[in-house]
Amino acid sequence: MLYFTRWKAAAIILTALVVCLCAVPNFLPTATVEAWPKWAQRHLVLGLDLQGGSHILLEVDTKTVRKDMLETLRDDVRRVLRDARIGYTGLVVRGNGVEVRIREGANAAQAREKLNSLSQPLGGILSATGQRNLEITNDGDLYRLTLTEPAIVERVRQSVDQSIQIIERRVNELGTVEPLIQREGSDRVLVQVPGLQDPTRLKELLGKTAKLDFRMVDTNVSPEQAQQGALPPEDELLHGAGKQSNQLYVIEKRVLVSGADLTDAQPGFDPRTSEPIVSFRFNTSGARKFAEATQANVGKPFAIVLDNEVISAPVIREPILGGSGQISGNFTVQSANDLAILLRAGALPAPLTIIEERTVGPGLGADSIAAGKMSSYVGAAMVVLFMFVTYGLFGLFANLAVAVNVAMIFGVLSLLNATLTLPGIAGIVLTVGMAVDSNVLIYERIREEARAGRTPINAIDAGFSRALATILDSNITTFIAAAVLFYIGTGPVRGFAVTLGIGIITTVFTAFTVTRLMVAYWVRRWRPQRVPL
Amino acid sequence: MRLLRIVPDDTKFDFMRFRRISFPLSAIMSILAITLYFFHGLNFGIDFKGGLLMEVKTISGPADLASMRSTLSGLGLGEVQLQQFGSPDDVLIRIAEQPGGDAAQQAAVTKVRGALGTNVNYQRVEVVGPRVSSELLSYGVIGMMLAIFCILIYLWFRFEWQFALGAMIANVHDIVLTIGFMSISQIDFDLTSIAALLTILGYSLNDTVVIYDRIREMLRRYKKMPMPELLNAAVNQTLSRSVITHLTVSLALLALLLFGGQAIHSFTATMMFGVVLVGTYTSIFIAAPILIYLGVGRGSDALTRPEDQDEKP
Repeated sequence: MLYFTRWKAAAIILTALVVCLCAVPNFLPTATVEAWPKWAQRHLVLGLDLQGGSHILLEVDTKTVRKDMLETLRDDVRRVLRDARIGYTGLVVRGNGVEVRIREGANAAQAREKLNSLSQPLGGILSATGQRNLEITNDGDLYRLTLTEPAIVERVRQSVDQSIQIIERRVNELGTVEPLIQREGSDRVLVQVPGLQDPTRLKELLGKTAKLDFRMVDTNVSPEQAQQGALPPEDELLHGAGKQSNQLYVIEKRVLVSGADLTDAQPGFDPRTSEPIVSFRFNTSGARKFAEATQANVGKPFAIVLDNEVISAPVIREPILGGSGQISGNFTVQSANDLAILLRAGALPAPLTIIEERTVGPGLGADSIAAGKMSSYVGAAMVVLFMFVTYGLFGLFANLAVAVNVAMIFGVLSLLNATLTLPGIAGIVLTVGMAVDSNVLIYERIREEARAGRTPINAIDAGFSRALATILDSNITTFIAAAVLFYIGTGPVRGFAVTLGIGIITTVFTAFTVTRLMVAYWVRRWRPQRVPL
Repeated sequence: MRLLRIVPDDTKFDFMRFRRISFPLSAIMSILAITLYFFHGLNFGIDFKGGLLMEVKTISGPADLASMRSTLSGLGLGEVQLQQFGSPDDVLIRIAEQPGGDAAQQAAVTKVRGALGTNVNYQRVEVVGPRVSSELLSYGVIGMMLAIFCILIYLWFRFEWQFALGAMIANVHDIVLTIGFMSISQIDFDLTSIAALLTILGYSLNDTVVIYDRIREMLRRYKKMPMPELLNAAVNQTLSRSVITHLTVSLALLALLLFGGQAIHSFTATMMFGVVLVGTYTSIFIAAPILIYLGVGRGSDALTRPEDQDEKP
């Protein structure tokens, strides 16, 4: 156990050195490190609990996705039956599907064929399974088209993907540093913005669907009449936005132009009233649609509807042919700016709900870093002193091994670009406490072997070989616990699991190599006559 | 230099005799802990209960808890708990989960922020909705079971089933007592507590495995030694290591407890109890003597593989 070939010794020292060097970028100023090649820049990331910032977990509203799918399906059924001139009654959304009754005398076979044409094989990653988006059954002339569960799951997945892109655009507009936006599970999005102190504005930007429509106001029915039940089926009753939420409007369901046709939106000021406004520009097809609609409706009011609230309902004074316009509606500078951001980023496919929020202010983060440093120094100092007092020279070996160990933990964490959290620091401090255990095991075993009558070199050799098996066994159990913790944990707790797990690996490495190498060198150099333990 | 020797050489404590005290003692303590859990309960933190937690620092002078309380109570958010901690201008605000799903929690934050306005700095704001909290709790419980199960399988492969079973009984004992401690002390039970429990699990096993390793080694070497005597020898031989390792871990934990700050206080306090107090006791007084009853076989394959035979000293 005490003999190392020259190459082996070199390999051990080199490995330890390289891993330790990986930690270096963390201790240099950012400017210095940025001049290096990309591969050398890997460094630790401070968790939100240390550098401050906001963690927001959003969930896609699956109910809305399902409802939208069902409404689209209903409209599709109406379209294909109308196009084929097949008579039908009672087209309704029921449960997870759509029901329709084909009129007597209609061509049942043709109806069936037309409805079947709506059923598509699922695309994307599910295309190989051969599943379809619809199941069609009939009971006599009553047809039932049911959405399959995989189809809904697939749509939710797509919604999350689209949402992530849109959220990225919105968050980037805030000008924050390195926001993290990623999928969590099947229907969630995690947004982490370091350094953000007050997430109120971020939450406002995330919480809005930003579905913008231009629609006509129905002037034939007053809101009062509509409230009393005279609402035509093609209209809906909508509230005003913000302060005007008491104002009611009767708005046509038909959309003239939607926000999807916008190419740009910018905040600005109305030159006459100097009120904040948002000016926008349509793409070619949007501009054409808007021009046609305004030409046909001069003198009538139309409504700008955002997330089912009416922002404003101006009267069309003249046809708007240029494809651009402006929205005014009691904006503040901030709200005009936000609306422009939302319109540029596009609408979310479904509303997002905030289901978890954790924000740490920069002051607390700095306090935590200070607490982490302080406890690390004190903990390390106490352990180092204790080891020296207990084992003397061998204690110094152990302390040196622990120093290498901690440097290697930082090195591996940097290589992985891992996140360091306060519990993570606790994990490192604990590793210091536990890492010396491997040395304790070895040294106690050496003492035992020496007392059993072995020569010093023999005792040291036997001590290492027997203790190492135990070290491996005992550390694997702790490693299993760390692995499970990593799997179930989030945020700071996961940070703890990472440092604990890496700490175990580096501990086993240093015990097997670094400590052994030091002791082996010492034995060769001094040929001890007795074990100094 | 004379080295510090905490445990003298060649101790001959009769640890196995203590099993007549330690087993009933542990049984009573475990029952007590379970009773406490059911009747006193755990102080579930925001992670598992949902709701709102805010840590604020007043800008001008020490916090006036009474006026803050009356401001916040007027918001109609149910029970509002205020607690001063650390310096006199630090206040912890806890508000129970609001009825009405995830959106209601967000509405509550907006209300509180509006009411406190700019008189305070928001150090930390955590809002956990009902769905996330119930998920976190079930993840925690599942994780715990998964960890115990995986470790059990590992020990079964590495040793024999009696060792695995003994280690697991010791383990569950540790966790039960630690939960009892959490119930008595009413320490916040949150995600970091689960982390603490899992770490206690890992470390306590680490300790148990070291002793078991020695027991296995001795079983191979001394084929005729009576079991209690053998176990005693194994525990005595590893005693110095057990004590020294627990001292170093305690030193590290002490540093974390004293200087690690509020955020990990409940974590370190739990660890201190679980690793230092319970873990050591369990390995020596429960995990080792229980092997007497589990009937560790001497003729089995795991113990008589020729390559593992010890050479003559």
